[in-house]
Amino acid sequence: MEGIYYTLQDFFTYTKSVTYILIVVVLLAMVGFWRFLTDRDEN
Amino acid sequence: MPRESATASKTVLSSFDQALKDLVKALRETFISPFGFVYIIIILLGLILTILRFTKGLAGVTNLSDYNAWGIWIGFDLLTGVALAAGGFVTSAAVYIFGYKKYHFAVRPAILTGFLGYALVIVALNYDVGRPWRMPYPFILQQGTTSVLFEVGACVVLYFLVLFMEFCPAALEWLGLKKLRKQLIKLTLVLTIFGVILSTLHQSSLGSLFLIAPSKLHPLWYSSYLPIFFFVSSVFAGFSIVIFESALSHRFFGDKMDEALQKGREDLALGFGKAASLVLAGYFAVKIFGISVDNHWHLLGTPYGIWFLVELLGFVALPCFLYAVGVRDRNLTIIKWAAICTVIGVMLNRLNISLIAFNWHLPSADRYFPHWMEIAISVFIVTLGIVAFRIIASMMPILHDHPDYND
Repeated sequence: MEGIYYTLQDFFTYTKSVTYILIVVVLLAMVGFWRFLTDRDEN
Repeated sequence: MPRESATASKTVLSSFDQALKDLVKALRETFISPFGFVYIIIILLGLILTILRFTKGLAGVTNLSDYNAWGIWIGFDLLTGVALAAGGFVTSAAVYIFGYKKYHFAVRPAILTGFLGYALVIVALNYDVGRPWRMPYPFILQQGTTSVLFEVGACVVLYFLVLFMEFCPAALEWLGLKKLRKQLIKLTLVLTIFGVILSTLHQSSLGSLFLIAPSKLHPLWYSSYLPIFFFVSSVFAGFSIVIFESALSHRFFGDKMDEALQKGREDLALGFGKAASLVLAGYFAVKIFGISVDNHWHLLGTPYGIWFLVELLGFVALPCFLYAVGVRDRNLTIIKWAAICTVIGVMLNRLNISLIAFNWHLPSADRYFPHWMEIAISVFIVTLGIVAFRIIASMMPILHDHPDYND
């Protein structure tokens, strides 16, 4: 997955875009994880 | 009036007399026991090695060098010791700041563990630094307050004092000094807040120590967010060590535990397990973001990358999942094993950053492996902590409430 980045700006544009996608995925996963964790609390 | 003060003095003297008898009984129970012989051997060997260290210097007992100035006394005793001693501040914060009063019975054992942990961190630091009479120098003769190590030293000393003051009520109850104990109890909330502030500072600053060496630390472990990683990992390390220590106390000190602790153990494990699971999940996510921001995905296929994945998946993701399953199924055994896994994971993380992934580019001949004497001294220091915990928990109201004090 290594491309050629001529400027730091290019590098960060690429890595940050991947990171933001991961952040959204993690936020959604956290909701599922929270529900998994607290599912049986009231029982 | 003179009769009243004479009665008060007699009460204090009889308390001291009883305290002395408790101490002798605790020493006898500790050293005349199945493990007692092992403790004595380790302590004797440790004392001999201590004399060697301070007479022959570092070269006499360690494999430290100019390339590897910090060995296991820093990597294990200091970094891991401070992380695992975080049980004190997380428990007291949970009870006194976040209002989880139902875990009140867990505060004293956690504070004692933290107090002994930080005491032994200071002892271990003396072995590494040498010239213990110069310990106060950072506060009176130093190169400047911008040093991270100065901040770590200042916070550790202050937090050690906070822990001492938080531990004192138990000792004062044991000694029968009611008035002094009453004054110290009033300071609980202030000490807890101060303790949380200091812990946040020094737990993160220990991570900051490695910011200055980006070329020496492997890129998978190096990050400008190291202080955050260290602080967050200290939180779940604290939860895990409290769960682990509660399980051990139940196993070895079950007869000294009062009803509140016996009944509350399950609730404590479930509550702290849930909290640890969430923090571990957040930590795992932040570590993934760290790899992504620096675009280090290609490094995961290297040998160091495999080792990084062992740490991340085996000792962060796995205990996170185990805690979640244990909490859902109310299975204390799974939670206990998750706690053990987490503690090992934190230890592994600290050792990776300070020793294994540090100087990773050096040839094998220049890499560091601890001398057996270094390992023996570390074992000696840990044994001192275990023995001290045993003695104090046996004689002072740590695992049970003192009958004379119901507040």
